[in-house]
Amino acid sequence: MPGTAADTATEGTQMSESVVDTVSHQTGETLLDVQDLKTYYEDGGLLGGDPVKAVDGVSFEISRGETFGLVGESGCGKTTLGRTLIQLETATSGTVSFDGTDITELSGGDLKEWRRNAQMVFQDPESSLNDRMTVGEIIREPLDVHEQGTARERREKVRTLLDQVGLMPEHYYRYPHQFSGGQRQRIGIARALALEPEFVVLDEPVSALDVSVQAQILNLLEELQEEFGLTYLFIAHDLSVVRHICDRVGVMYLGNLMEVGPTEQLFQRPENPYTRALLSAIPEPDPTVQVDRITLPGSPPSPRDPPEGCPFATRCPVRIRPEDIDASDAVWDRIREFRDVIRERSRAEQSIGERLKERLGFDTALADSEEIVDEEFSDVDLPRDVREHVEQAATYLSDGDPDAARAYLREVFGGQCDTETPQYYDVDDGRMSFCHRHAQEHVSPGDELRRRGYDTHDG
Amino acid sequence: MSHTEDGEPLLAVDNLRTVFHSDREEIRAVDGVSFEIARGETLGIVGESGSGKSVTARSIMGLVDSPGEIREESSIRLDGRELTTLSEKQYRSVRGGDIAMVFQDPLSSLNPVYTVGNQIIEALELHRDMEGAEAKSEAIELLRAVGIPDAARRVDEFPHEFSGGMRQRAVIAMALACDPDLLICDEPTTALDVTIQAQILDLLQEIQAERDIGIMFITHDMGVIAEVADRVAVMYAGEVVERAPVEELFANPHHPYTQGLLQSIPGRNPSTDRLPTIEGDVPTPHESASYCRFVSRCPKGFDECERVHPAHVEVGDSADHTAACLLYPEDMPTDDTVTQHEENADQTGVEADEALSADDWPAAERNAGEDTSSVGSEDSDARADGGHGHSAGDSGGHRNGGDTDE
Repeated sequence: MPGTAADTATEGTQMSESVVDTVSHQTGETLLDVQDLKTYYEDGGLLGGDPVKAVDGVSFEISRGETFGLVGESGCGKTTLGRTLIQLETATSGTVSFDGTDITELSGGDLKEWRRNAQMVFQDPESSLNDRMTVGEIIREPLDVHEQGTARERREKVRTLLDQVGLMPEHYYRYPHQFSGGQRQRIGIARALALEPEFVVLDEPVSALDVSVQAQILNLLEELQEEFGLTYLFIAHDLSVVRHICDRVGVMYLGNLMEVGPTEQLFQRPENPYTRALLSAIPEPDPTVQVDRITLPGSPPSPRDPPEGCPFATRCPVRIRPEDIDASDAVWDRIREFRDVIRERSRAEQSIGERLKERLGFDTALADSEEIVDEEFSDVDLPRDVREHVEQAATYLSDGDPDAARAYLREVFGGQCDTETPQYYDVDDGRMSFCHRHAQEHVSPGDELRRRGYDTHDG
Repeated sequence: MSHTEDGEPLLAVDNLRTVFHSDREEIRAVDGVSFEIARGETLGIVGESGSGKSVTARSIMGLVDSPGEIREESSIRLDGRELTTLSEKQYRSVRGGDIAMVFQDPLSSLNPVYTVGNQIIEALELHRDMEGAEAKSEAIELLRAVGIPDAARRVDEFPHEFSGGMRQRAVIAMALACDPDLLICDEPTTALDVTIQAQILDLLQEIQAERDIGIMFITHDMGVIAEVADRVAVMYAGEVVERAPVEELFANPHHPYTQGLLQSIPGRNPSTDRLPTIEGDVPTPHESASYCRFVSRCPKGFDECERVHPAHVEVGDSADHTAACLLYPEDMPTDDTVTQHEENADQTGVEADEALSADDWPAAERNAGEDTSSVGSEDSDARADGGHGHSAGDSGGHRNGGDTDE
């Protein structure tokens, strides 16, 4: 899509042209290129321990003038990724090249200078504004820090910004607490735009707002994008908002991008099993629609101890099963639950308190392995080999070694998804999905879902 | 959904008014709300923040503390028993025993220094006279019933060891501990991710089917409402402005506010470039309503909206679909509808149903007790609101500052 937005974004003098050209704001030219980015939070404590792998090897590109959406559940690393892109967090490895410059290498004056190009709008308008500063001071602060123009020019600029985000010039001398949530978010947006950045990270900018106010802010963001040729990274967990505003979307799970592609394609024909489940979980605002929901079991694993292989393997409805075990879907469900319980126990067992209690002879309920087996499997018919494996694991458990039980279960019941990290497959025009099932030798996620009795999105 | 055999609804809220006093003014957080919930039924209450949804819930739970006050003309009946006149001590057995509540933030309803099990056991001891091992095994059963795996072990864990979804499950287990008849869910899934929300919504539906409890489900998310509710009440600035069965509400919204609310949902209209919005914010009502509270934001507002408070009238095809708007009844010219709403507000001491011809409220006769009483009661609100009613003297009608338009 040709457009003048790209030129004008870099040269403020031509800004009037972009106002005229409101039809297309995408240029196809890459502004941000992220390669294998990892951000770990090290646990520097006395006991060391594993780092939290908040972002664990993510690659994507954002074109100039587009809105790229990042969606995922809380804790999936989307906010950390957004913060890393504008260097509020330090990347552990990988590169982020912005207009050809690797910004993970920048420091000192260069970094400060570059920061003018990249700003952020935060989720909570209650906590992201300093209540002791007037609105004018808040919006002017970035201009002061970067010593833009004279004091008079800065004040003038703030008044222009207030007008651009739909506030009144007289709001300059008011305090944030005098404003409603929607207005406060407008203040946050004005502050982010003060330095005329090219790239803005919007971290859940509307999730704290009511629907009707949310629509006002979304409209404002779109207008500003057209006016200033902005490039947005839009982080959200509300998928309907993302569908409305984003050109392309990346779906994150446990620090990985599961699927990336153009928004409408992805929403209409999701490929990755996680995307499918996520989309099917959104309640439709239409009571006549009967969605056959893929309700995912359990919660996402801890990013400190992510599964080996595919990050989604522990909850995936179409996980690849080992061929040598023949069991019904119901039995496999129970096996998955059983493994969850064991994983949970091996996690809990690591707590020092538990170990102390155990050593002191308190009953820590670790010995009731028979009861768990009973709870999980009493109402299904287990094939003989499955029963033997389960009993073996139970033995490890009652010996007080849940780690061994976990490893054993992984060994006998784990398939490719538990052992190998998937690769990205090109699944549609410009869309990538991170799943073993896209490989030639496997049944595709959609077919497998149907086979396992789900009514899928693509019918 | 099934109603009780004797026609008495599980919960009947009639003309509920909850006000908060401050030095300078009175805030009418809930201003004349009426609705009913039958056993096994889910009533969805939807509205923006500040519309009075949560205060309605807290009023039913008897959790309104000074400077808040439930006006004496209000009535809340649970299984026919009036709750507003109960002493605090009597209320305590209702709360938790007959009515349980699930809040938005599970951490705020769990005590961080007690194990999850202990908190459930406490509820069992208080309301079901269980003790010791019996209570503990019941607690484990409850955790299992709400889908917490390895319950026997997790019962001894602390809230911080549970994930967000698990915590909300634990809170639901606590709510179920007392075997309540009515469960009030105040935005129970708002703090959760969609995949976890899906699990909790499934769970609530299972529980309802199993135990035949009535659920009052408060949310601002129209998607969730569409999924869980049988009937919906739309709240705005302390009043119910429209109520209808869920399919009817979404297919055929009548009140301009409901229409605006539905249009502003991004997902419903993926193709539209610009989202339709409702300009402005929810006003805070300080005085009795002698006008339509939505008028300052209403795209269809006209002069009369400033001086006549609309009453609920039957709209649409469905029997129990009503909206409080001067534009209705639809088949009348607007002048006539205004006159009718006005007359309705002027009527004192006459049953509101009689004030209007039977043609305008055909359903009043057709339907069983529930609908008749709900229509009638809302009309009597309008009567009091109009400033001419017997209760107008003490309902703060002197403060017509018009500050809601700010």
